Amino acid sequence: MSLAVDIEARRGGFSLVVRFTAVAGSTVAIVGPNGAGKSTLIDVLAGLVPVARGSVVLAGRMLEQAPGQRLAPQAREVGVVFQKLALFPAIDVVGNVAYGLRARGVARREAHAEAMAWLARLGVAELATRRTGELSGGQAQRVALARAMIVRPGLLLLDEPISALDAEARAGARALLKERLAAETEVVKLVVTHDLEDARALADRMLVLDGGRVVADGAVDELMRDPSLFLAAMRRG
Amino acid sequence: MTGSSYRSLRPGSPGHAHVVLGLLGGAALLFFVAPLVGLISRVTPGHVAAQLGSPAVRSALWLSLEVSLVSLAVSLVLGLPLAYLLARVEFPGRALARGLVTLPMVLPPVVGGMALMTAFGRRGLLGGWLAEIGVELPFSTAGAVVAVTFVSLPFLATTLEAAFAGVDPRLEQAAATLGASRWRILRTVTLPAIRPALAAGMALCWARGLGEFGATITFAGNRVGYTQTMPLAVYEALNTDPEAAITLGLVLLAVSLGLLVALRGRIGGR
Repeated sequence: MSLAVDIEARRGGFSLVVRFTAVAGSTVAIVGPNGAGKSTLIDVLAGLVPVARGSVVLAGRMLEQAPGQRLAPQAREVGVVFQKLALFPAIDVVGNVAYGLRARGVARREAHAEAMAWLARLGVAELATRRTGELSGGQAQRVALARAMIVRPGLLLLDEPISALDAEARAGARALLKERLAAETEVVKLVVTHDLEDARALADRMLVLDGGRVVADGAVDELMRDPSLFLAAMRRG
Repeated sequence: MTGSSYRSLRPGSPGHAHVVLGLLGGAALLFFVAPLVGLISRVTPGHVAAQLGSPAVRSALWLSLEVSLVSLAVSLVLGLPLAYLLARVEFPGRALARGLVTLPMVLPPVVGGMALMTAFGRRGLLGGWLAEIGVELPFSTAGAVVAVTFVSLPFLATTLEAAFAGVDPRLEQAAATLGASRWRILRTVTLPAIRPALAAGMALCWARGLGEFGATITFAGNRVGYTQTMPLAVYEALNTDPEAAITLGLVLLAVSLGLLVALRGRIGGR
């Protein structure tokens, strides 16, 4: 299982030209200033924004090959934790987590049992019957993570997964996320972040975007040793 | 986030502003309340009981409920897809379609009734075809439903259109990435998100339908037991027995208010 991305996408006047590969089990941090194209990249991989040209291949399946030939978001097996989480407010927590299984035709009882197991794994089983609006930032983030992972995606996209949390919740969330991501050895994981500490803690590799282009790509430790490679780009954000 | 800084920009004392707003707001309230009080002051409980005992009045009241509720159901079945289409699907002529849907709100209902006649009347564009399949709308209860729907559907459709346009696209995108079909997304994410607007739109639509007069009398006529709804009964009574008309008006008002409160409370869910 691996991911190969070679795409050009346009959104308004902005163009994103990105080429990289990632192997299964690895976690790649996507860093860069605001407007670098990080969120556009997430949307392209999730199938929410069409590419102008190029291809995306995940575990041998073509997600994108030409403008007309693309898999719908539903068929991609790509899990997303959106920046604003996008939990469904009309559904309770366990229903949110079970959503992907229910969409695949799994019976309600089974889907909810599996969702409960995921909530327990993330330490929030007691929230099962709550409404999503009652959750704290950290709790909501765990629920969103469980919702994305329960369907066993081949690619997991996390858009600023912990930046919305307050400083206190952050350390715990980072540790938990690190543990969960490390446990997914079959999955390609991309974490968008503007926080180098998050990148260092969660990822083994870092892809620096600026103005819709990849300006640096390498092991996190290596890039950290010579931050001049990307800090200029980061500061402009 | 910036709430506190906004607050600090406001002048400390409301001063004249509150006095002016209070006077104007009070005047507006009086403007609405005075006619209601006038209506109530002319009626005794005996009047109401006598009117409610009359078979003609009871028939008009039931017919009003029947016609307005059937029309509400028709409006839902047609209005939901229409609103979704107008809000979400780009098609040529969408701006024109939006205008057409709003048109019955500004058209005098009598003109609407005439227009319905030219389309669905016996000698209308589709009248012959309708007669062939055994449907005769003018001067029938079904015709009253058509007239009421024509006038009230826009209230539901425009409310729902705004609501569909306002649903956070991220929620629907999240559902799509989780594998949900368009139908499932609509059912589990979109419709629950517009629920408050659905309640408001249904209340508006139904209320407008219950009070419908002009299009109904023009297209469906004024037949006791078939098309004579409460507003038509009030109008007829006004010519023969003004006191009875006032009582009927009050009854209509009370029923409307009761149903509006119940409907919004039941469906709004908060």
